[in-house]
Amino acid sequence: MSLDPATIRRIASLARIRVEEHEVETLQTELNSILGWIEQLNEVNVDGVEPLTGGARMAMKMRDDVVTDGGYPEKVLANAPDRNGDFFAVPKVVE
Amino acid sequence: MSQLTDLTIVQARDGLRAKDFTAEDLTLAHLSAIEALNPRLNAFITVSHSQALDQARAADKALAAGEQLALTGIPLAIKDLFCTAGVRTTAGSKILEPFVPPYESSVTANLLRDGAVFLGKANLDEFAMGSSNMTSAYGPVENPWKRRQDANAVLVPGGSSGGSAAAVAARLAMGATGTDTGGSIRQPASFCGLVGVKPSYGRCSRWGVVAFASSLDHPGPFARTVRDGAILLGSMAGHDPKDSTSADVPVPDYEAACARGVKGLRIGVPAEYRSDDMPGEIEALWRQGLDWLRAAGAEIVDVSLPHTKYGLATYYIVAPAEASSNLARYDGVRFGSRRDGEDLRDLYERTRAEGFGPEVRRRIMIGTYVLSAGYYDAYYLRAQKIRALILKDFTDVFAHVDALLTPTAPSAAFAQGENMDDPIKMYLNDVFTVPANLAGVPAISVPAGLDANGLPLGLQVIGKVFDEETVFAVAAEVERAAGFTALPSIRAGG
Amino acid sequence: MGYAIEGSTGTWEVVVGLEVHAQVISNAKLFSGSATAFGAEPNSQVSFVDAAFPGMLPVINRECVRQAVRTGLGLNAHINVVSHFDRKNYFYPDLPSGYQISQYEHPVVGAGVVEVQLADGSTKQIGVTRLHLEQDAGKSLHDQHPTKSFIDLNRAGVALMEIVSEPDIRSPEEAGAYVRKLRSILRYLGTCDGNMEEGSMRADVNVSVRKHGEPYRTRCEIKNVNSVRFVMLAVEAEAQRQIEVWESGGTVQQETRLFDSARGITRPMRSKEDAHDYRYFPDPDLLPLVLDEAWIEELRLALPELPDARQARFMREYGLTAYDAGVLIAEKETAAFFETVAKGRDAKIAANWVTGDFFAALNRTGGSIENPPVSAENLGKLLDLIADNTINGRIAKDVFEAMLGTGKDPASIVDEKGLRQVTDTSAIDAAVAKIVAANQDKVAEYKSGKDKLFGFFVGQTMKAMAGKGNPTLINEALKKALS
Ligand SMILES: [Mg+2]
Ligand SMILES: [Zn+2]
Repeated sequence: MSLDPATIRRIASLARIRVEEHEVETLQTELNSILGWIEQLNEVNVDGVEPLTGGARMAMKMRDDVVTDGGYPEKVLANAPDRNGDFFAVPKVVE
Repeated sequence: MSQLTDLTIVQARDGLRAKDFTAEDLTLAHLSAIEALNPRLNAFITVSHSQALDQARAADKALAAGEQLALTGIPLAIKDLFCTAGVRTTAGSKILEPFVPPYESSVTANLLRDGAVFLGKANLDEFAMGSSNMTSAYGPVENPWKRRQDANAVLVPGGSSGGSAAAVAARLAMGATGTDTGGSIRQPASFCGLVGVKPSYGRCSRWGVVAFASSLDHPGPFARTVRDGAILLGSMAGHDPKDSTSADVPVPDYEAACARGVKGLRIGVPAEYRSDDMPGEIEALWRQGLDWLRAAGAEIVDVSLPHTKYGLATYYIVAPAEASSNLARYDGVRFGSRRDGEDLRDLYERTRAEGFGPEVRRRIMIGTYVLSAGYYDAYYLRAQKIRALILKDFTDVFAHVDALLTPTAPSAAFAQGENMDDPIKMYLNDVFTVPANLAGVPAISVPAGLDANGLPLGLQVIGKVFDEETVFAVAAEVERAAGFTALPSIRAGG
Repeated sequence: MGYAIEGSTGTWEVVVGLEVHAQVISNAKLFSGSATAFGAEPNSQVSFVDAAFPGMLPVINRECVRQAVRTGLGLNAHINVVSHFDRKNYFYPDLPSGYQISQYEHPVVGAGVVEVQLADGSTKQIGVTRLHLEQDAGKSLHDQHPTKSFIDLNRAGVALMEIVSEPDIRSPEEAGAYVRKLRSILRYLGTCDGNMEEGSMRADVNVSVRKHGEPYRTRCEIKNVNSVRFVMLAVEAEAQRQIEVWESGGTVQQETRLFDSARGITRPMRSKEDAHDYRYFPDPDLLPLVLDEAWIEELRLALPELPDARQARFMREYGLTAYDAGVLIAEKETAAFFETVAKGRDAKIAANWVTGDFFAALNRTGGSIENPPVSAENLGKLLDLIADNTINGRIAKDVFEAMLGTGKDPASIVDEKGLRQVTDTSAIDAAVAKIVAANQDKVAEYKSGKDKLFGFFVGQTMKAMAGKGNPTLINEALKKALS
């Protein structure tokens, strides 16, 4: 599988990373080289193997339904690049 | 008495108890070492001078009151991936340049609970993505070790926890926290002549640690001795209800385990870690390590981990996939830096293009691609299956042996600028360390010798999941046998 | 033949599937300890986990799981002992982490079924594909500022159950009946308050059209429809639009649309014009959700009586028609009200009073069943006064009016106003004699066969007795006097 410039642009757009036209070719070369190297995994026979999601092998603990957090809007908003009152603010979105 | 910055944690603990010096003395010695050497080494992004002194004075008060905890008054460096309340946490990225967390990570909170003093935040590869500390937005870190032949070459400390390793090696801190996602504690430990501990997955809480790849991220310590590493891990480890993947298992006495010895242990030598292009001196050191263990009463057993060679490629699907999602929160809306744009989408795209460096952008793009419609099965699902096979390799082998011994890294520290032309070359640094991350088993790198250039080389001990004790016992034996006493050229008082 | 739309090229069938998002009733959020209460100050119920600060991790709330399992049991659905959480990745400012934690491949609840009743008296089974747990997003306010949108994360991370139906729905009526029935079940279970105005229940409506016997054509998803009526209107409007597209030679494009209730049309959603590629993958911060079979059984045994069972019981125990029983059980509070009224009394009379005068009074006064203008206890006492002949049915209506909003006991109203029924036969005989004497011409007509006039005499007698005469005794007395 080899990435073409359109795919590079699509991935960048999905990842919300601006890519200038002149960067596309370099990215294409780099990503294709990495993906080409990853192709070695196709040699492995994975028939009937259950995928392993993570490093932990146990069932999930559940917490009690108690309010233990929140109630500090000032802390939540303290790092915001833009705010209006107690709201975060972003450029207007048209639905 | 040797100078304070040369002490091990064990020695400092005894000295503090004996009132040979105060915690404030100890911290001041390290702060002045930082002042002298950090401009050159760039091991710290942020030095928390006054906070450190406050903590040291509090430690002195506690000591005066006869209260000495595991780390009372011990000055440490904290990888700048651990959120520290009120102290800027950058993850080595421009995108978090202005970020001051209002909370303390569980691991650093545990260290503070045990009386530790935090000197500051250690440099790292951006979002822990790298093996050289060259991707940090706050500049590269210089390895305090120098080549005998080429003393002017600036070497990398390894990565991603390069600042932590350089700080401990140069005696700017007595120990440090790191995180190991593919080798980011063990490889820099090997490059800097230190002990680096990657515990089992779930042993140290990830809560409050900026996530790179959630299923692979392992917080752990750096130290100058195995015993110091055991003390630090003992403090950092423990069940945390705030991390669903944290294991609810007791934390044993790791320090005691260091004295167990290896008599009767079966040590496996995985055939697949041997390759034709392995440098002769690394191969020789490995054989030497096995001889030491045999001499100490261990039985050496040849074993096979057949899927080892696929570990790295598997890692380079799983880690970027998780990272692409974990790093979506850096969007310029709630915290961190923002670049304005014509509209929201443009704001996102500029914020992320300018806020992330090239390696992070590259990995986000790879991760986005391997998860995208039509490619998930071919890449991500296949990688998860191979991950299962790699775990099975370890499970099978550990039915017969107690621990494995391998080299930590395929080379000694390289110079800044080397291995930079091709991302894959850089990735190959982690070839021996990545399998333990994929399987979640504990591993330690311990300094075992020097290469022809006088640079440190580490050996890696890998153990069964949650059996860090055996890993510490084996590492301590290698340490004893190796008698590693070499010192880096750049160090406090050096 | 069911619902159909006549187009210029023939008859079209509508195919609808619904994804209903129901906010789980719990104190704290699905993966964080922040509160879930509605209407709080902006960003006041937000933790660092909800705002996706660096290093924050999710921990699941047992109550949210319990509620999802109970709901699954209430939908006659299969409960999956092992389920998984996945990340659904997309960028939106009210989605702080850039992904929604949801359940994609392995939901906690599998296939179930909901039975709906239709106006023609028929019933229909609507298949439920699955129910999964997921996080709600925050709220974006787009109309507060000329150039900015505001973000409030109070709702971010509140547990949602997404209940997905099979494409079994074939008309706006069925769509409405399904949503109503679902809401009723959730409210009986106490797993969601079903409040569509506050957004705690909302529907994504998937609509396509086809000619009879065809396979499915392309569907469009109308997002976040927030009332039963709008669901029905949206189905109709979208079906009409698609038919026009097909019939004018065009092709319906699969897309996400919004229902514009002011104009009664659907329109494409601009902000979601991106190709959907959610890059689902298992959330590595969470472990498999493994349920204890015994716990599930415990929850099954502790389920309350649900709407269908209650309707059947009302028909069986109270002898009500399916229709009356259906009306009474739709809201569990109404059913409880009725049962209090009917207890130890004539259930049919109780049903008539509740669905008749009482519902009318509710409408008129704008009251609610939780806060009724007449309590169930007092309405019951009123029925007792009728049953023991203290008052007649006619006077009972006046007493009922006097009870509205006063909280007064009906017996005291009867006493105060002197409305006690007259059962003294001599008084009745006297009143009858007076009416007969005053209306000799009508008596003659009656006797010559004009039977209908009997009602006239009853009315006149009752009037003369100020409505308080016992109707049975008046009838008897009149029959005797006129024979
Ligand atoms: Mg939907
Ligand atoms: Zn949903």
